[in-house]
Amino acid sequence: MFDGFKFRSVSSPVHTMDPRAKFIYVCALFSVAVMFNQLIPLLILFVIQIPFVVLAGVQKEWLRSMKGSAMFAVIIFTMNLLSLYFYGSYGSLPAIIERSLAMTVRFLVLIESFSVFFLTTSPDLLGLALEQSHVPYELCFAFTTAVRFVPVLAEEAQTIMDAQKARGLELEGGNFIKKIRNYIPILIPLIVNAIRRSLELAETMESRAWGATKNRTNLYVLKIGGKDIYLILVSAVIFVVSVYVSIYIQFPALTQLLVG
Amino acid sequence: MAIIKAEGLTYTYPIGTKPAFEDVSLNIEKGEFVILTGPSGCGKTTLCRCFNGLIPHFYGGKLEGEITVSGLQVSEHPIHELAQHVGMVFQNPENQLFALSVEKDVAFGLENLGVPREEIRERVDWALKMAGIYGLKDRAPYELSGGQQQRVALASVLAMQPEIIVLDEPTSFLDPLGALRIFKVINDLNKKLGITIILVEHRLDLTSKYANRVMVMTKGKIVLNGHPREVFNSEEARLIGVGIPKATRLYQILKAGGVDLGRVPLSSEEAYEAVVETLAR
Amino acid sequence: MIKIQDLHHTYPNGVEALRGVSLEIADGEFVAIMGQNGAGKTTLVKHINGLLKPTKGTVLVDGVETTKVSVATLARKVGFVFQNPDHQLFSETVEEEISFALKNFGYDKKAIKERVDWALNLLDLTEYRKVSPFMLSGGERKRVALASVLAWDPKIVILDEPTIGQDNRQKERLRQFIMQLNKQGKTVIIVTHDIEFVTECKPRIVLMANGKILAQGRAEEILTNQELVNRASVVLPEIARIFHNLAEKGFPRQVIDVYEASRILLQKLGEPS
Repeated sequence: MFDGFKFRSVSSPVHTMDPRAKFIYVCALFSVAVMFNQLIPLLILFVIQIPFVVLAGVQKEWLRSMKGSAMFAVIIFTMNLLSLYFYGSYGSLPAIIERSLAMTVRFLVLIESFSVFFLTTSPDLLGLALEQSHVPYELCFAFTTAVRFVPVLAEEAQTIMDAQKARGLELEGGNFIKKIRNYIPILIPLIVNAIRRSLELAETMESRAWGATKNRTNLYVLKIGGKDIYLILVSAVIFVVSVYVSIYIQFPALTQLLVG
Repeated sequence: MAIIKAEGLTYTYPIGTKPAFEDVSLNIEKGEFVILTGPSGCGKTTLCRCFNGLIPHFYGGKLEGEITVSGLQVSEHPIHELAQHVGMVFQNPENQLFALSVEKDVAFGLENLGVPREEIRERVDWALKMAGIYGLKDRAPYELSGGQQQRVALASVLAMQPEIIVLDEPTSFLDPLGALRIFKVINDLNKKLGITIILVEHRLDLTSKYANRVMVMTKGKIVLNGHPREVFNSEEARLIGVGIPKATRLYQILKAGGVDLGRVPLSSEEAYEAVVETLAR
Repeated sequence: MIKIQDLHHTYPNGVEALRGVSLEIADGEFVAIMGQNGAGKTTLVKHINGLLKPTKGTVLVDGVETTKVSVATLARKVGFVFQNPDHQLFSETVEEEISFALKNFGYDKKAIKERVDWALNLLDLTEYRKVSPFMLSGGERKRVALASVLAWDPKIVILDEPTIGQDNRQKERLRQFIMQLNKQGKTVIIVTHDIEFVTECKPRIVLMANGKILAQGRAEEILTNQELVNRASVVLPEIARIFHNLAEKGFPRQVIDVYEASRILLQKLGEPS
């Protein structure tokens, strides 16, 4: 499931957009999704994002994130169904099913928009967006460095596990306490190496004039460009229309349409 | 004028009981290519940390004696000031890259110094080209080989336009081809740009021919200091266990067997030429 | 005896690390697997102790397929020393570190003590018995890692990049130790790109590139073949370079060792003219 959120470096019009514009888009969709609880508008929300996904060229990863959330979707559906059936006042079974489906689609809409955001936004740019939003530089730096070292640490953990397995360590089996104890030979080298690594990183940072001036500059600068304004406008329109619709227009339920 | 000058330098780490090195004096001139070698634990890494002020400013501990680098007294100037004169490249390439793209990493030092953006761009591109990795500028660090990563680290240091570059066993994790490429870049920086190089190395076969000086440390002291031909041909170097270049070793064995190649070779090319000349004699 | 047939391995992320490797290693052999970083060397040897399982093809160790037994079972026969000792050291004392595997394999107390004593002695670590491995130097930590694997006396020993981060003295010591292990009848497999180290111990060379075996044979034969060595992105050893150029002057080409080189040169140059 996490692969569906991992940044992939491809060039597309969506990748080069300002993260702040994309963030506004995610926020707009998020609030709209929360505003509605009927199936039809939520389905529309789900579908209108698909062109955006295709434009970004991340269909495969997006599908993976959808597949990854399938289990959660099933759980949400079942929970809703059960609680509405036993405690709700919805009456007919089709209506209950529709309501539960709506809740599930809402969840998927949220996952979809976050997944598009993270798939298309390089952590470097995200760090920069934070920086330009006046988040202290140290925090932004910590964020991008942490992202940078996730794959490195994952690989190291695998190597340590292999090294201990080669010395006869069996990770499976035994009771709970035994299982925890099995992981000590993996955790200790992992921690010791992480400490050593951070010391080396600190040494390198110092050697590259870390903290030389308060007025740090940046190779990149984010500028809200034409595309970004367009995206912000689209988000705003979706938001305003949704607010209007949710107040003045009652969406019919699918079950009503089918029956009536 | 000496670009690095140390007099009676002694240093003890905060947790150390005895000095990591003792009474070290040295003089390095501008534009030199110096190889610093010696058995592990001899104090060579510790000595390098004094060149840009990591010692004493970052590590603490007790530093006695005098050391000036580019005319700056190390104990009086902060690391970020010294870093503009002395670039450091460390052993493990992985732990020298912070960003998620190559060019962003190379820009890191300049950003810290508050250099204007247009100038950062120029200097980053220049450094990438010098290190021969301009084509990799948008790649992420984990997509690169160790040798490429190490060249990124070198470019990051180069972008700050230092007069001196110190490299602490930069190739020990690399394969021979990756190492060879690094050495060639370093040699270019020295010969074309006149940057003073201090290279800590065990791989002397591939590097000796570039250097004009070798310093051998053992047990916290500099015990040999001179031209590679003299140092590697000395009995002391062999006894300390320095990895004498194969070509030099061949010269020594031949000499013991009664054949004199005429001059001490440092590389296979030089050894080949010497053999051919001897054949013709 | 190790028998690898048409081995393919693809990692979950889609990287094809091995693309059809067949290799036989007899008991008591000394083999060096060489090639550029990323050629598939480590992936190949991780199949021998079962840490990795074939995507396609088979790996037989003494006639047993590695997919049929656990890593722990195979490990008793195949000792694997990882490149970086810091990826395995975790105990409070050197002694405990060495007994870790022995406990996992279910040796009794008395046997553990005997084997630990033996391994400490073998790697000259007896004085550090009660010392924390984290207090030792790099070279010493490497020896503790070695001792912790050799303690159970595996019949096959695999060393991944044993010379990385080691100085000249430590390498020489390691070389003598490896030769001694091999002389005692152990199968020794080293994975390395340290070409000068290999010229001094002359194992059988298996040269890899892009997940395939390019060539295998005697060190003198493989490491003096410029074309092969280039294809594997390895460089010629220093002595081989000299003789590569001298070959047109009637010198033998297949020379990689400094003593052999000086013997030949003394013969040619020492003759009174």
